[in-house]
Amino acid sequence: MTNVLVPVLTMTILGLVFSLGLVLAYKKLVVEVDPRVEKINESLPQANCGACGYAGCRAFAEAIVAGKAAPERCPVGGAETVDRISSILGVKTGEVIKRVARLHCRGTNEAAPRRAEYLGLKTCYASHLMGGDKLCTYGCLGLSDCVRSCVFNAMYMGQDGLPVIIEENCTGCGKCVEACPRNLLELHPVSQNILVFCRSEDRGAVARKSCKNACIACGICSRACPDAIVIENNLAVITDHRKIPPEKIPEIEKCPTLAIGRLKKDNEG
Amino acid sequence: MELVTLFIGAILINNFVLHYFLGICPFLGVSKKIDAALSMGVAVTFVMSITAVVSWAINHWILIPFGLDYLQIVSFILVIASLVQLVEMFIRKTSPPLYQAMGIYLPLITTNCAIMGLALLSALKNYDFAEAVVFGVGSGFGFTLAITLMAAIREQLELADVPKPFRGAAIALIIAGIMALAFFGFSGMIK
Repeated sequence: MTNVLVPVLTMTILGLVFSLGLVLAYKKLVVEVDPRVEKINESLPQANCGACGYAGCRAFAEAIVAGKAAPERCPVGGAETVDRISSILGVKTGEVIKRVARLHCRGTNEAAPRRAEYLGLKTCYASHLMGGDKLCTYGCLGLSDCVRSCVFNAMYMGQDGLPVIIEENCTGCGKCVEACPRNLLELHPVSQNILVFCRSEDRGAVARKSCKNACIACGICSRACPDAIVIENNLAVITDHRKIPPEKIPEIEKCPTLAIGRLKKDNEG
Repeated sequence: MELVTLFIGAILINNFVLHYFLGICPFLGVSKKIDAALSMGVAVTFVMSITAVVSWAINHWILIPFGLDYLQIVSFILVIASLVQLVEMFIRKTSPPLYQAMGIYLPLITTNCAIMGLALLSALKNYDFAEAVVFGVGSGFGFTLAITLMAAIREQLELADVPKPFRGAAIALIIAGIMALAFFGFSGMIK
């Protein structure tokens, strides 16, 4: 019996002594934590995605309380979260602009011819290292790196070989933007409806050969709207979508390759 | 004289990181900035020194008299865990930025095998009290030296053009290996 008792008692006493020491030390060294940090942390989405620029939701909550970060920085939580946080803090906060990911490529299986059959690892990243299987070296590789990176079920691979973004589910966390080896995804305000659906910097003739829907830098769009659209490196770039007046949209949509235009046609006239 | 030899030996020759390869986790994790590395070293040195004393006392006054040698690991873990808690509280109170910089690696000192290794080694080698203390402090200095050197090299490395596949942990491990080789040169110092 003592065989068991002695070690058990020894460890118990040791444990007690140490815990007592810790309790005493704790009383001396206790750090007051602002209770608001905990509350804000609870109302954050807990995705710990880092989109706010802080190491996880808790660090972000601490930064908010410290006044170093604005609650709007959390793109995942959206307006609802910001409301809750501002009610905890007792301050008014600015408007949140919801941003979603958008694909800058229309090189569907049909539109963009392939130069080879790719049999390697089924990731865009690997395919990109080999130069990809499309004639267009800028276009979407269609191997779903972005879809796999999405933790909010906001993406799926469409029949045409391009990923589809479900904007209702998209939180604008930017994971897919990072995942795409060809930088074809970008976050835009939901309200922005005009996009350039191409990233090809090839010259017009080459671009057209590589993909039916490539931007050939003809300049029709930039002539229609010189304030908002410029041609850079053989590619149309929208510098400020707010400067595109609605009446100019039909002119912009004269694009011979449909490389620029409205994302949702039915929404606006 | 023997104590001096033991002390220098613990720093340079039997360096816990570069000879025994213990405590690699903080060695790689907190060696990006010299400041943080140095304070990590100090924290580990503190825990090591106190662990050396307390574990020696427990071992010689409680475990051996009662014939409970087999409880060494358990009781040493108890000692280390409590000490780390204490250090954590202390740092959190006195220096929040340091607490931030050390992050998860501070509570992880608990599982730092260098400290456990220290307690077990000094029990295994039957050090007397003075030797155990010197060994503990020396090992702590050794750890501090290794991690600070590592941080200094890695700070320089920020400016170097490291090939892409080697960036981050890979190059850190390579440096650790080269440092270990260099420290091997010290082994001829003491017979």
